[in-house]
Amino acid sequence: MKVLEKQVAELQSQLDALKQKSPSDKLSLIVFSGDLDKALAAFVIATGAVAMGMEANMFFTFWGTPLLRDKHKHVGGKDAMGKMFGTMLPTGTTQAKLSKMNLGGMGTVMMKALMKKKNVSSLKEFLALAEELEVNILICEMSMDLMGFKREEMIDYKYLTYGGVASFLAEAADSKIQLFI
Amino acid sequence: MEVSMSDLIKADKILDLKGLACPLPVVKMSKGIKEVEIGQIVEAQTTDPGSLTDFPAWAKTSGNEILQTDQKSDVIKFYVKRVS
Repeated sequence: MKVLEKQVAELQSQLDALKQKSPSDKLSLIVFSGDLDKALAAFVIATGAVAMGMEANMFFTFWGTPLLRDKHKHVGGKDAMGKMFGTMLPTGTTQAKLSKMNLGGMGTVMMKALMKKKNVSSLKEFLALAEELEVNILICEMSMDLMGFKREEMIDYKYLTYGGVASFLAEAADSKIQLFI
Repeated sequence: MEVSMSDLIKADKILDLKGLACPLPVVKMSKGIKEVEIGQIVEAQTTDPGSLTDFPAWAKTSGNEILQTDQKSDVIKFYVKRVS
């Protein structure tokens, strides 16, 4: 009888350990691309995840970071490289281009018109929806530093944090779904 | 005389999701269902053909029940019972 009790207690502690290790109903997305089409896919999946009852985290890194710049905010005091990146990269979601068939901008204009016609939300609308659905956004501090972006020029978003790979991995390790876009 | 299910099911709330594209129908559905009590029924109307597979997937994951699906011309009607 005592042996049995001991076994049950052991099983219980193993079960608790397993429960602690098993990931939560979370989605962790890496948005590496700054392309319109890929960012659109990222937002569809993130907002869809919330509808499915999951918590969604988006980690914007490298080419994804300029999508979160606010075009109405201007900051000075940048060096030559920072100014160059600042000018060449999109300022916010509205300036993102298609990864394929951009055709010097024509393709992107046509796709945006098509999206409007087919009632597909724009990136700007998706960002607002994501905020409404409490999707967490983490911006890669290193990418910002590389491209010379400052916090003062990023968008106002209720669930925005700045961080690095550890912050992302801590969330990703506890997520059932992890995707790289 | 044939009696369709929709004549028998009485919805407590109607959600007009017509014209919306993915993922908005399920996003709005997931919000709408929380506005009724457990056991009550939401009638969701969509025109997105993808919702025919998306709604059952959403119901399965969120733990709610689709009682009936009616498709007349372009409009799809889902009768969803809030279970959880």
